[in-house]
Amino acid sequence: MKSECENQSFERDVESVFEKHSSEPSSLIPILQTAQETFGYLPRDVVEKIAEYLELPVSKIYGVATFYAQFRFEPLGDHMIRVCHGTACHVKGADKIGEAVENKLGIETGETTEDGQFTLERVACLGCCSLAPVMMVDDTAHGDLTREKAKDIIKKYEEDGHD
Amino acid sequence: MTEKSIRVGYASCGIAAGAGEVYQALEKSLKEHELDIGLEKVGCIGMCHNEPIVEIEDDEGTYTYGNLEIEDVDELVKNHLVEEIPYKDKLITSTDQEYDYFSKQRKVVLRNSGIIDPESIEEYKEREGYEALEKALDMEPQEIIDTIKESNLRGRGGAGFPTGMKWQFAKDAEKDEKYLICNADEGDPGAFMDRSVLEGDPHAVLEGMIIGAYATGASKGYIYCRAEYPIAVKRLKIAIEKARDRGFLGKNILDTDFSFDIQIKEGAGAFVCGEETALMHSIEGERGMPRPRPPFPAQEGLFGKPTNINNVETWANVPWIMRNGAEEFSSIGTEESGGTKVFALAGKIKRGGLVEVPIGTSLREVIFDIGGGIADEKDFKAVQLGGPSGGCLTTDHLDTPVDYETLTEAGAIMGSGGMIVMDEDDCMVNVAHYFLDFTQEESCGKCTFCRVGTKRLLEMLEDFSKGKGGDEDIEKLKEMADKIKKHSLCGLGQTAPNPVLTTLRYFEDEYKAHLEEETCPASVCRELITYTISQDCIGCGTCAEECPADSISGESQEVHVIDQAACIKCGACQEVCPVDAVEVE
Repeated sequence: MKSECENQSFERDVESVFEKHSSEPSSLIPILQTAQETFGYLPRDVVEKIAEYLELPVSKIYGVATFYAQFRFEPLGDHMIRVCHGTACHVKGADKIGEAVENKLGIETGETTEDGQFTLERVACLGCCSLAPVMMVDDTAHGDLTREKAKDIIKKYEEDGHD
Repeated sequence: MTEKSIRVGYASCGIAAGAGEVYQALEKSLKEHELDIGLEKVGCIGMCHNEPIVEIEDDEGTYTYGNLEIEDVDELVKNHLVEEIPYKDKLITSTDQEYDYFSKQRKVVLRNSGIIDPESIEEYKEREGYEALEKALDMEPQEIIDTIKESNLRGRGGAGFPTGMKWQFAKDAEKDEKYLICNADEGDPGAFMDRSVLEGDPHAVLEGMIIGAYATGASKGYIYCRAEYPIAVKRLKIAIEKARDRGFLGKNILDTDFSFDIQIKEGAGAFVCGEETALMHSIEGERGMPRPRPPFPAQEGLFGKPTNINNVETWANVPWIMRNGAEEFSSIGTEESGGTKVFALAGKIKRGGLVEVPIGTSLREVIFDIGGGIADEKDFKAVQLGGPSGGCLTTDHLDTPVDYETLTEAGAIMGSGGMIVMDEDDCMVNVAHYFLDFTQEESCGKCTFCRVGTKRLLEMLEDFSKGKGGDEDIEKLKEMADKIKKHSLCGLGQTAPNPVLTTLRYFEDEYKAHLEEETCPASVCRELITYTISQDCIGCGTCAEECPADSISGESQEVHVIDQAACIKCGACQEVCPVDAVEVE
């Protein structure tokens, strides 16, 4: 259960999402995008609010949201690691980079570390093909990776996290 | 002293390679040396293999510096700008030198990319920007469509449908309200042409769209942009805002009766949305699933209204054609197809980057003359064109002209323009598996042939990569691939088997080696390879420490051994061995 104070801030956040969009059905995807930006993911109660706002069933909202890879329904780690699996990265050993990161973090791709520090994902292509293999940590792309380099990069984020 | 200006390549790959840090270091160094020289952020310069790139221009020409580290910046400033001697250590080329990377290229779509500040409408206007629109508004819509028809411009999204004809259908549809869409949902892995155009010259795309809207009678336009391209979206937003301020967009454009406005819609990560009917469903707020055609979008498209949809690169060609004329444009390419094509050249290539060549240029010219050939002294094996919908071509095709017809005949497609070069270390069964894994994952699930068919194909390829299967399975694979192509609803399924079919057609021996001899000639497929440690081992223990499966043992200073039962064949030992004692076969 949310406290009253939490509830008020939740309502305010939800309102701020709706202020930016009309209640036309075609606003659904932009609303989901803004909501995810605001909350970090799409919690059930937010999805219910969106359904109310657009006057659509909750199932319809989930139907659309689950179709697109961008939307998530679980909270994320503090840092998002995206290992690129584009064609150029694939031929230059993206699988090995992904494995090294999995081993380093002790999680599988698609999971979040227990301490909530990292979420690991694979992406189809980041479009920096000349720097392959590439991974992106939050908004920073790291290119020309080797297993060692990838692990060192994560180590740096781990250390910064404990400052 | 001559007037100088400095440009820093500030597209996604540049930023990823450290252009931000280089820009800051330049700012600081210029200040320290009290130099008052214009410093500018520009779009993709095209030589991604040399990022970060800085260009210095003066009255005599342009000097291109690449692979810059922060430590180089001060030296560069001291040498080139204070003492006025080019800084040779990092100089890639200058205008007084013949440089293959550029001399075979012809810039139409990328003419402004890497030269102007994409956030400045003034700089776009200085290079004849929006002049094509002014000219077009003095013409009859039909005259514009005729010009586009005569230019032989064909859709750059992949299928190559004649653009002028598409516009004609939209114009002829009699409805009060019509729409126009720019497809910027560039989803092929290994392709970044559209992103670079949007990041480097967003006004060219807008100008093309406004002209297209006037010609077809559309009142509202959408740019459907991939969500993974935040810089492109940001620059487009700025460009739209500025175009509105100047009266190029909005009500009564340039004081005429014509009104048109553009809105950006960000995609949400679904490859199938590159298909036009799926894309339109996505804009409408639905699941991005395709529907059968007819009705074609030109009759019944977005929100049920006639809609004309073209790809980013197609739109960016339009202002050039209107300014320079249809004849000039059609003289660049081949008889069937006018103009140039932009390719994203990547993979095992020496000089990868964004390359624009006249349609009809041979693969050899692109890969060897422009791209400089294969990296690390390896042998060329194949080139993959057109992403997951395309195919792999071989040495035999190097002299094939790159145009829509010849590529389709060879089993590949022009596609949107991804060109991935592969060398002797790449396994073709693995490559086919890679692409099919992608399309299978991205199949929306609406039609059975695509949903179930790609899954079954993938399972067969998985077996092949383990050495399981026989000749009859290869036949079965071909048959199934053929059925998927014929019976899938949209382009995704209809082209998904292409990578499998072309690799089979040109590398059947390699498939057979997997099945008959249970070997992977390129040493890629894990189930068919073995790692061993040779007598060269110095017993340093680095590999044992690195091994994620703890499968390596041995005394210090003695030859180590891999426990084959425990080995997961990840190759980590090989990567760290200081004396190259780990062998794979």
